[in-house]
Amino acid sequence: MAETSSDSIDVTYVADLARLRLSPGEIATFQKQLGDVLGYVSQLQEVDVSHVSLLGDADLKNRLRADELQPSLSPTEALANAPRQDNNLFVVPKMVE
Amino acid sequence: MDITSLTIPELRQKLSSKAVTPREVVDQLASRVEAVDPKLKAYLHLDVEKARAAADVANPALPLGGVPIAIKDVINVKGDPCTCASKILQGYVAPYDATVITKLREAGAVLFGRTNMDEFAMGSSTENSSWGSTRNPWDLDRIPGGSSGGSAAAVGGHEAFAALGTDTGGSIRQPAALCSCVGLKPTYGRVSRYGLVAFASSLDQIGTFTKTVEEAALLLEIIAGYDPHDNTSIDRPVPKYTHSLHQGVKGLRLGVPKEYFIEGIDPEVEKAVRDAIEEYKKQGAEIVEVSLPHTKYAVAVYYIIATAEASANLARFDGVRYGKRAQNPKDILDMYGRTRAEGFGAEVKRRIILGTYVLSSGYYDAYYNRAQKVRHMIAEDFRVAFESCDALLTPTSPTAAFKIGERTADPLQMYLADIFTIAVNLAGICGISIPCGFTSSKLPIGLQIIGPKWGEETMFRVAHAYEQATPWHKEKPPL
Repeated sequence: MAETSSDSIDVTYVADLARLRLSPGEIATFQKQLGDVLGYVSQLQEVDVSHVSLLGDADLKNRLRADELQPSLSPTEALANAPRQDNNLFVVPKMVE
Repeated sequence: MDITSLTIPELRQKLSSKAVTPREVVDQLASRVEAVDPKLKAYLHLDVEKARAAADVANPALPLGGVPIAIKDVINVKGDPCTCASKILQGYVAPYDATVITKLREAGAVLFGRTNMDEFAMGSSTENSSWGSTRNPWDLDRIPGGSSGGSAAAVGGHEAFAALGTDTGGSIRQPAALCSCVGLKPTYGRVSRYGLVAFASSLDQIGTFTKTVEEAALLLEIIAGYDPHDNTSIDRPVPKYTHSLHQGVKGLRLGVPKEYFIEGIDPEVEKAVRDAIEEYKKQGAEIVEVSLPHTKYAVAVYYIIATAEASANLARFDGVRYGKRAQNPKDILDMYGRTRAEGFGAEVKRRIILGTYVLSSGYYDAYYNRAQKVRHMIAEDFRVAFESCDALLTPTSPTAAFKIGERTADPLQMYLADIFTIAVNLAGICGISIPCGFTSSKLPIGLQIIGPKWGEETMFRVAHAYEQATPWHKEKPPL
């Protein structure tokens, strides 16, 4: 069982994983509020789940279909909402030096 | 003649007898919006000219021919904005129709306005909208519930005949209860989610807000069904739900789960629901007490699973393909980090952080996997309960509408507003909230009727029997 006390969530670290830049004020507020929420959800630790499988008893099957070309958005439509585009491509800042 | 208080069958009758034209319907509804929406703020976008144009070509012979339907701003309607009440989607124009929209169009409906909501459907009060709160038509100082608060206020305030909403943990049923309308959350897989902006994909389901149960049944007949574009929609025939409404409850067994009458429930809410149970007894239903022993864990399970799924689903908002992008990014990480910081509101950020945390290395087993297992136990509780009854009766919300601002500083208190609705989503079953009275200060109270998977027919029948015997759904708010 992992540590679940209210100070265990490192908001700065998790925000970085989530690609979310938080202000120092937000970090402090979330630290407190999410500590409360984690304290609340820690009650799940008292439940005996040893007899339950992760998938439950659901009768889950993959739904497969033939890989055939279907009507879809044209490049113009697909790019219509892009903040930046050029030559039928999405434009982003340089990623590789 | 004020047509805005009519039900859909009443409106259709007037349309087919040509007592009113589809354009006049749109015009009268637009006048009502002009009169009351400055107070309610239920609508985010409304293009009356477009609705008029659609009305002019509407075919009154179709099941919804010329009937305006409002749409929660989380469902894609081709050529229209779809902001999810988020700044990150400001300026976005939907490039395609959601399947439910295609089905509404095919049935002749006139798409009328997009309704306000908590940002990305995360909230229970509509206070998390980036464009301001919607107000409760019964008391403008109070919240309409959420996250589909705009749809609930629009239907409750008679500025929409009906509206689509989405329900991930109660986001249709809770606001319906608080605004005195009928709110339907169908069985998971009954309605296609294609074109719905995803929050928590294993919980989200599109449903309806209406004035009556009959209208909910009618709309579900139209929007339900298998869709090859949504692999979680189920290929089962769609019954004529409107045909089985009138059979009454005599001989049905209705379960009352003891875990839903707990400390913290408003005594006036409890009394109204107990009175409703008495009414069912009077009509010949057998009332049985049942137990759903894992009920108290539902909110905790939900806030792990829903936030985990949200953290993954909202990763797509990265400033690349659509929506907002931060100005002058110095590199790709700077672009992601600032785009999301500037685009998302506080509650969305909180849930992304929580969801990322419960899925992160070292915590995955303790939180996410454990929550999944308890989720299965909650579903099993319902399966066992439905062996001894046909439907369950519970309050929809533990309290009537609370004051604007009352719970915004305490997310956990806000989360507990959904304590009676969340388990239905976790179990993938169906639920409906119908009006069952008012508090002494004239705030609406909702009765929740829960059915098993694919149990909509009996659920509607139970809801309709109570509605027809009581006056609540006919009351109009003092706007």
